[in-house]
Amino acid sequence: MNIVVCLKQVPKKDSILRISADGKWIDERDISYEMSEADSYALEEALRQKEKHGGEVIVISLGPERVRQSIKEALAKGADRAIHLHDSVFDAAEDAAAIARALAAALREEKCDLIFTGLQSDDYGFAQVGLILAEQMGLPSATIVMEVQPEEATVRVKRELESGWFQWVRLPMPALLTIQSGINQLRYATLKGIMAAKKKEIREVKAEDLGLTAEDLKPAHTIERAYLPEKTKRTEFIEGKPADAAAKLVEKLRFDARVI
Amino acid sequence: MSQGILLFIEQRDGVLNRTSLEAMVAAQGIASATGEKLSAVLLGKSIENIASEIGSRKLEAVHTIEDDKLAEYTSDGYVAALKQAVEKLDPRFFILSHTYQVRDFAPKLATALGKTFVTDCVGFRAEGKEVVFIRQIFQGKINTDVRVGAAPPVLVSFQAGAYRADKAEAGDSPAPVARLEVDLADVRIRTQAEPKFQEAKQAVDLSQAPLIVAVGRGIKSQENIEIVQKLAEALGAEIAASRPICDNEWLPMDRQIGSSGQTVSPKLYVAVGISGAIQHVVGMKNSQTIVAINKDAEAPIFDIADYGIVGDLFEIVPALTAEIAKAKGEG
Ligand SMILES: Cc1cc2nc3c(=O)[nH]c(=O)nc-3n(C[C@H](O)[C@H](O)[C@H](O)COP(=O)(O)OP(=O)(O)OC[C@H]3O[C@@H](n4cnc5c(N)ncnc54)[C@H](O)[C@@H]3O)c2cc1C
Ligand SMILES: Nc1ncnc2c1ncn2[C@@H]1O[C@H](COP(=O)(O)O)[C@@H](O)[C@H]1O
Repeated sequence: MNIVVCLKQVPKKDSILRISADGKWIDERDISYEMSEADSYALEEALRQKEKHGGEVIVISLGPERVRQSIKEALAKGADRAIHLHDSVFDAAEDAAAIARALAAALREEKCDLIFTGLQSDDYGFAQVGLILAEQMGLPSATIVMEVQPEEATVRVKRELESGWFQWVRLPMPALLTIQSGINQLRYATLKGIMAAKKKEIREVKAEDLGLTAEDLKPAHTIERAYLPEKTKRTEFIEGKPADAAAKLVEKLRFDARVI
Repeated sequence: MSQGILLFIEQRDGVLNRTSLEAMVAAQGIASATGEKLSAVLLGKSIENIASEIGSRKLEAVHTIEDDKLAEYTSDGYVAALKQAVEKLDPRFFILSHTYQVRDFAPKLATALGKTFVTDCVGFRAEGKEVVFIRQIFQGKINTDVRVGAAPPVLVSFQAGAYRADKAEAGDSPAPVARLEVDLADVRIRTQAEPKFQEAKQAVDLSQAPLIVAVGRGIKSQENIEIVQKLAEALGAEIAASRPICDNEWLPMDRQIGSSGQTVSPKLYVAVGISGAIQHVVGMKNSQTIVAINKDAEAPIFDIADYGIVGDLFEIVPALTAEIAKAKGEG
């Protein structure tokens, strides 16, 4: 069973985010990056399925040079090979449909049974790239997946619904699944894995190789301005050394809020 | 030429999803700001009751689509039916609430229509006939103004909680409800769903707890949970958690607060090392008093907290536990 995993690299979770000089994105200087959280679970799930059923895990990522580091991490964890969409032309792809168009073009020649994406990325958070990709490739899909059971020609998946409800859904393969964080427990790369990864293929793909131009990747909507959200509620911040702040807070909770 | 605003009304098993009324508030606002007419579309089987409830609101018409293939929700069925509906009605904006169901089909619908979809918005701003949408990136840490450059219809979804359902305006007279005919004869439903279920019965019902101390990923490891447990004990509070804590099995699943866990509104909710992602916040924002302890002064949890302490939870939580014990001692 061959599984493609779409990986996105995003700023580390605890990064201090500042607005960039052009006011349209974050200032990327001093930021370190990691795999988007749901994508690392998607990768883990693909590796587990491969261990059970055999086949190949192929990772694909669109992004600048730095993305290679996350690709290498995926190879070190056990993915077999990688496709890196690496070209300044891809910078134009600012909305989910444009990103999906590029990924779809690069996956056209791949024979796979399943495609995994994260359910949403930690930076843009469109919650769209996976499904657009599925529609462009004519694949059935299931979202917010918490368990994957491949069968003969079908796959049975546990979907998360709202408020603690779930539902099993069966769909024919090939299919695209968007994976929810927490579906499994992540592994670490081993030293052996890191060594083995050095020999694995990372195929660099340019826009031209896919017959795409900047015009094809033009986004239908763009960020006009990025800014810190205005606070809607007045939080009363309590300052001082831990013990003093704690004492002040307890007073407020007892005598102002009267909740304890 | 595209005209009007169309609103998607979500139902599952004949029950209206209340967040559709929140999206209605946004849709009514956009309609009045742009001078467009608002109508709603609802699909399924035996949906008359919901249709007439929706028809009592301030809008021009309710379109219903009924078909055996829509009796159960499937993304294939919904994409096919709504594609025909949107093409027929040709609205400027198709507004949805960003629910799990919408996440499951709307990106495919937009793609099938060849249109763009602006997801999970928290607001909008009308500039004459133009509308700029406000959406958050980096899990609520940054807002953006999004400008759509593509031709209508444009799909737009709004985040749960961005608008208040009770602000949906009532109509002067009931809006007409009319069947919209679609042809689903050739549509193949590729997915097959089994009945919905809940994981092993919820052992604890946190919805009745008057005091809750909730812990998030800031706690770093399972061993450290103990310091938060001590705080809960000192307060006589129930312990709860954000999703990653339950995913890691540091606390059981039935302690999870949020869109996929429990919804609570205690007198006091203390959020320790929780960033305040929307999926957590929807489960606790109606708490009477919210305290947040977080080392990041910009964490979104402070948007909804009444009291905040910015600092290291490993110093603050034990100090707070001691102070509470002291206060209780004074009785
Ligand atoms: C479809 C869907 C459903 C979801 N359902 C839920 C749900 O039901 N419930 C839920 O909670 N989440 C849910 N999530 C996940 C949600 O988006 C967030 O990822 C999650 O809530 C983050 O948990 P957290 O705040 O504990 O962790 P993080 O976001 O990692 O935040 C950790 C916080 O701890 C702070 N911190 C770190 N160290 C310290 C320290 N020493 N002292 C003080 N503060 C510190 C950091 O500043 C940070 O703000 C869902 C997501 C999706 C996409
Ligand atoms: N640049 C990218 N390269 C590879 N995969 C991506 C990229 N952007 C998004 N994805 C995939 O699509 C998922 C959903 O992203 P989004 O639609 O941005 O929320 C992510 O979790 C990834 O699996």
